[in-house]
Amino acid sequence: MPIQYYIYLCLALFSIGVIGVLTRRNAIVVFMCIELMLNAVNLLLVAFSKMFHGYALAQNATSTTGIDAQIFVFFIMVVAAAEVSVGLAIIVMMYRNTHSVDINFLNRLKN
Amino acid sequence: MSIIQILFFALSAFAILSAIMVLVSKNPIHSVLWLILVFFAISGHYILLNAQFLAIVNIIVYAGAIMVLFLFVIMLINVKKDSEPQKQFLVKLLGVVAGGSFLTLLVALVKQTAQIQGRTLLMKDGVIGLIHPLGKALFNDYVVPFEISSVLFLSAMVGAVIIGKK
Repeated sequence: MPIQYYIYLCLALFSIGVIGVLTRRNAIVVFMCIELMLNAVNLLLVAFSKMFHGYALAQNATSTTGIDAQIFVFFIMVVAAAEVSVGLAIIVMMYRNTHSVDINFLNRLKN
Repeated sequence: MSIIQILFFALSAFAILSAIMVLVSKNPIHSVLWLILVFFAISGHYILLNAQFLAIVNIIVYAGAIMVLFLFVIMLINVKKDSEPQKQFLVKLLGVVAGGSFLTLLVALVKQTAQIQGRTLLMKDGVIGLIHPLGKALFNDYVVPFEISSVLFLSAMVGAVIIGKK
């Protein structure tokens, strides 16, 4: 499978996430689009890891080249979980203060 | 066309369609459900690449934990239906144009890059996606970041409790 196919798929998913962040007004949907972008990047990391692993395996049959990328994906998932817990707590607090999750009403930090 | 290619294109179409449905759904709960389908499609891609550990972790952490958190918050704060007036149309159009330009730029860049022309992926061979090599790498080379991530989780937990308690 050529690497370009995976790159195009991940670019499409990432761009859909970007469009969502730019167009939607609901803060929770914006947050979900950020998760979508993180997942696109994860998939691209795994694809590149398998690409380099394939070329290293041809040289050395016991090579573990490319395992770093999968560890990075694991850590990205860890950080995303921590980020979501804090971010959703902030959204709930904003809703309690302003009774809205519309980001047009949240454009000023004061009050 | 081999079975791997058929599965790749089917999963890709499924992922992109579900991702578009995340955007166009009016109800946030429907967006959450479509996003769960996107995560399942991405897990299918991981399985196709023989990254089995990441496939299972993706389902457990993303589709299981994070999306349930989103659903809880949406049900907790009782989001009203989007009552967006039609003057938002220009903003939507500009956002789509900006995102489409971004996509076009990156696709053109990928088409020109010489280093990735003719490169192929190893699909089902290779053991680096299995638990045994990943665990050895995680607890030999990456043990310090692993411990630091536990501190990160602790601070995130304390922060969420403090923010939510006010």
